Amino acid sequence: MGDVWESIRRWFDPRELRSVGNTPDYRFSLANERTFLAWLRTALALVAGGLAVAQFLPPLPLRHLREAMAIALLLLGGAVAIRAVDHWARTERAIRLGEELPASRFPAVLALAVGLGALLLVVAVLLRAVGGR
Amino acid sequence: MSRARRPPGPVPGPEPPSGPTGRAGRGAASAAGRPLPDPGLQPERTRLAWRRTGFSVTVVAVLALRIALASDLAGALLAALTVLASGGLLLLCWWRGTGTGPARSGGRTLPLAGVGTAALALLAVLVVLRGVW
Repeated sequence: MGDVWESIRRWFDPRELRSVGNTPDYRFSLANERTFLAWLRTALALVAGGLAVAQFLPPLPLRHLREAMAIALLLLGGAVAIRAVDHWARTERAIRLGEELPASRFPAVLALAVGLGALLLVVAVLLRAVGGR
Repeated sequence: MSRARRPPGPVPGPEPPSGPTGRAGRGAASAAGRPLPDPGLQPERTRLAWRRTGFSVTVVAVLALRIALASDLAGALLAALTVLASGGLLLLCWWRGTGTGPARSGGRTLPLAGVGTAALALLAVLVVLRGVW
């Protein structure tokens, strides 16, 4: 738990980040910032999707399934946002130190989760189309 | 990202092909002691990225507002907090998106935006849970 607070403190301390390595060409830092913002928009889209599911979807046959879907989307959005900050800080550090950029499995995991969710929805729609009449 | 190792200066980084005002123009500006014009318009692109993010926040804020208007008292309080959080996030994105100061990346705004988005997601989870009870 202490490690978590330590890394959160580090995110908010620009001096700490600037103390390592050399100041890179600012264009690299700005590109890193735009990548972070693209992830943040992904997170916001997931949050918006969760809020939309919660209020626009009609009640589903399974009890609280709608709310469960909304909460899953919202939590996924929150996780994407936190991971975006962490990845931005680690990338900035790597750029300053001239190291390899941090590798991450997160994009693949997120893509699989979204793909799986879409597949489940397709199955649900097909089942409804077949059994509904 | 071996380019990060290079010293700052006119780095042949990823940039659109320069037109007539390309390298010759920049050399002249540098010789005259003025700041180098940025070939990739990086600060502008970064500001626009902040504005796009602001638009995404607006969508979330509107959806949260709709929930807030339709809730009971306790739910409305939670939803109002969500609306306030998204409003703060919007101000943050607006501030960074219209800043005309020198090109600076990072700082505290960036982790604040990420953590704010995650907080927004958690508040929205509470709002949805409140709707179930």
